[in-house]
Amino acid sequence: MSDVRANEAAGYDGGDTVWTEKTSWLDSVPRSVSMLFVAAVFIGVWELVTSLGLVSPIILPTPMETFRDILFVGENLISGGYMLQALWITLLEVVYGFALAIAIGFSLGVLVGETSFGEKAVMPYLVAIDTMPKVAFAPLFVAWLGFDIESKVALAAFIATFPIIVGTAAGLHAADHNARMLFKTMGASRWQTLVKLKLPTGLPQIFTGLKIGSVGVMAGAITGEFLGGGKGFGELIRVAASQLNTPRVFSLIIYLSVVGLALFMLVAWAQRRVVFWRKEQVGAATEH
Amino acid sequence: MSAAAAVTPLRGPQGEPVYELSRVGKTYARGHVTALEDVSLTLRKGGFYAVIGSSGCGKSTLLKIMAGLTPPSKGRVTLQGRPVLGPRRDIGMMFQQATLFPWRTTIQNVLLPIEIRDGPAAARKAEPRARELLETVGLKGFESVYPGQLSGGMAQRASICRMLITEPAVLLLDEPFSALDELARDFMNMELQRICMAREATAFLVTHSIAEAVILSDMVLVMKPRPGRVAELVPIDLPRPRTLDMVTTPQFGALVERIRGRLDKEAFL
Repeated sequence: MSDVRANEAAGYDGGDTVWTEKTSWLDSVPRSVSMLFVAAVFIGVWELVTSLGLVSPIILPTPMETFRDILFVGENLISGGYMLQALWITLLEVVYGFALAIAIGFSLGVLVGETSFGEKAVMPYLVAIDTMPKVAFAPLFVAWLGFDIESKVALAAFIATFPIIVGTAAGLHAADHNARMLFKTMGASRWQTLVKLKLPTGLPQIFTGLKIGSVGVMAGAITGEFLGGGKGFGELIRVAASQLNTPRVFSLIIYLSVVGLALFMLVAWAQRRVVFWRKEQVGAATEH
Repeated sequence: MSAAAAVTPLRGPQGEPVYELSRVGKTYARGHVTALEDVSLTLRKGGFYAVIGSSGCGKSTLLKIMAGLTPPSKGRVTLQGRPVLGPRRDIGMMFQQATLFPWRTTIQNVLLPIEIRDGPAAARKAEPRARELLETVGLKGFESVYPGQLSGGMAQRASICRMLITEPAVLLLDEPFSALDELARDFMNMELQRICMAREATAFLVTHSIAEAVILSDMVLVMKPRPGRVAELVPIDLPRPRTLDMVTTPQFGALVERIRGRLDKEAFL
């Protein structure tokens, strides 16, 4: 009854009315167009700032200069020049560092997450170390392991290990009470509970740790090269910066980002393959 | 309806004793909290028992002790002549949540108890039986589907199969369908009755719904809190198989009323 009165008060005359949810026109633009738009605005502002002389070209090169240098570096990489060798060295550091981080991080994560001793006595220290700026350890690694690739691998692994430990340990606690109870009623051993319940349940968190680690491993390798020399890509950047060759610095960073993105995407791809059931849920939720 | 009614000899199920609880009690906090006091019970083969009571009456504790998930502080629990000293394969259990694992197909979920107890080879051998079970609950064709694609009711039916795959002597049901909507719940209750009758299974159901307890069981155990105890046994002599339209009969109404009357006095203290 009161609904009718409310409608009348609002001027509703009883006829058919069509109403739609109000959405901003920005939201209806396709994703690819929106992304291109943002990139265009960014480059436009960049061009404006440099061509108007607001910033010295030594500090910030023009987009065109940077673009030309990207092509130059690309050519050098494709033709197998010295830059490719540098990139290869950095890649090796990243791959070794990540592999090491996964091996150590996963094992420690299982130990910490699976035992109450690890949880009580080890986890607090890990969290404490995790909050430290870990690149600060870089000079130590150089002092311990020298100027070759080992010190960079160690720093990269050191940075990437912690998120993997934390992700794994947290993942092992992700199984809910019901699932644990069910495994108990089935008479599952500790090993069976770990392998058939806790690890699969924790895979999303473990992969989150791996993703964070994949970002950290790049940062570790490059920082190691900045501080410990060597012949990697980070050294190229350092040299270019010291010569105030800013277009080169920018283009090297862009290639480095591509490598970093590729590593991240590789982990994300592995996650979609391994944690396939999550993808289904996401697909179902976004279909309509 | 008078107090004398409580002492009339129990009818209820007449089969062989399967589960025997004698003077089972459970205390927490070094004996300061009594969760369960002096419960003696005999469950007979083929009987369907329902426990009802307000929260804190010890029904979950009782179920856990019966399942071998937690030891009693005193008393003894025997199932099929052997004391219950931990989880056993002749105990089937089902919880409020279906708890199917999303990385396993429906049939792999059903086979999980076999895989855990006897290994993957035994699980492969039990596959035809799992298929049969899934067929009896109307899930034929869903064997290789992942649980993410099953409805709530279908998931619970799959979890019934998982409970039945080890051919347990007794089914312990902890509010198994309370997460479902009412229509699905009624339907699943009738499924449960059909399965129990077909297998002559002994079932022990914990529920919050008086109607559910009455429609399913041969005997309702009314439990009371502080300390948790079984206050009354109410035999339900409605004919089998039960149907949903029985809820409108005066006999059903009288039973519900009787149980409600026993509960009300302490339920809201």
